[in-house]
Amino acid sequence: MRLITHNMLSCNIKGVANGFPLKIEAESVIEKEVDFNPDFLRHMFAKIEWKALVEAARSLGYSELPEDSPAAAAEDESLLKKLHHALLELHLEEGALVCPETGRRFPVTRGIPNMLLHEDEV
Amino acid sequence: MSTRPELLAPPEIFYDDSEARKYTSSSRIVEIQARLSERALELLALPEDDVPRFLLDIGCGSGLSGETISENGHHWIGLDISASMLNVAVEREVEGDLLLGDMGQGLGLRAGVIDGAISISAVQWLCNADKSSHEPRLRLKAFFGSLYRCLSRGARAVFQVYPESIAQRELILGQALKAGFGGGLVVDYPHSTKKRKEFLVLTCGSVPTSINDGHKDSDDDDDDSEDEENGMVCVSDRNRPRKKQRTNKKGKGREWVLRKKEQSRRKGNDVPADSKYTARKRKSRF
Repeated sequence: MRLITHNMLSCNIKGVANGFPLKIEAESVIEKEVDFNPDFLRHMFAKIEWKALVEAARSLGYSELPEDSPAAAAEDESLLKKLHHALLELHLEEGALVCPETGRRFPVTRGIPNMLLHEDEV
Repeated sequence: MSTRPELLAPPEIFYDDSEARKYTSSSRIVEIQARLSERALELLALPEDDVPRFLLDIGCGSGLSGETISENGHHWIGLDISASMLNVAVEREVEGDLLLGDMGQGLGLRAGVIDGAISISAVQWLCNADKSSHEPRLRLKAFFGSLYRCLSRGARAVFQVYPESIAQRELILGQALKAGFGGGLVVDYPHSTKKRKEFLVLTCGSVPTSINDGHKDSDDDDDDSEDEENGMVCVSDRNRPRKKQRTNKKGKGREWVLRKKEQSRRKGNDVPADSKYTARKRKSRF
């Protein structure tokens, strides 16, 4: 699972008010190269929760992203490259996603998070 | 298919390891899924500006439809309830991110982040109550509600469905409209039982000026329009003049006769050839 997906996921348990962002417990992280496409990054830029992304990237071992969301990101090539790397090239293979409110763990195996809720959580 | 799979077992049990492998190695299924996915992507009407979009593939299974999305240059997240199917997708090294989840529990995605959603042959599974705590209506509500939330303004969701009955189709469409979606049904090849394919095209935030017309076999054939299914479908301009024509005509004209003969031919019946005598006005004593 890449961070672009993690940035969109929120805990779906009934009654949870603030299930975003899910904390990452990383056991195994791999890197896969993806073609750099600045248009896509610019398109997604407005939708990304920056703080969540920086935090998530750090838990995967990547600390190159600036803390604050830069204002003129569209033209900054080096920033776009870092964003590209963090968003699309880092994969969480094994580990877990943890709900910030309830502490419920969603295990991640072979890169697939198990988001199935139990009967009493729906 | 003689028996519908959703009548045999819940999807996570029906699509076990061996069925998942069978499904994905059948070249016929692969070809059909590819074609359906291309058509669904077409109906998404994404802007043609060569900017990759971020799409959702609901019921992505072993990634067949996802591969079509990747081939068209977009990024995607796939959701499926069967771990076996997702494992096959991982083996095939699909480019999208995969989630193991139940669409009837809600999608769990943030508001306005998805540029479009497709689903190939999956949504009808929601209409079955597989566990005693399930109620199809509630599951459909959770699904459509969460889908509406996560789609960005102006985005579309296109579902290729095989509804079991008119009642089921209406249940699905009704829940979608309740969640706030606009849109309706597009039917390709409405007259052929084999080729007929239904696509539910839902829009989020703004009603389009025209829903795409479904594919048909011949250009003359425009009697059965796509809005037979539901009053919410936007009627294209072509239909209005024809309606006026119909009420003015007394009795059945040549056009009607030619159409009926064409229909009969398509069914395979022996129909005399059309000529200048076809539907000619006879003397009243006939």
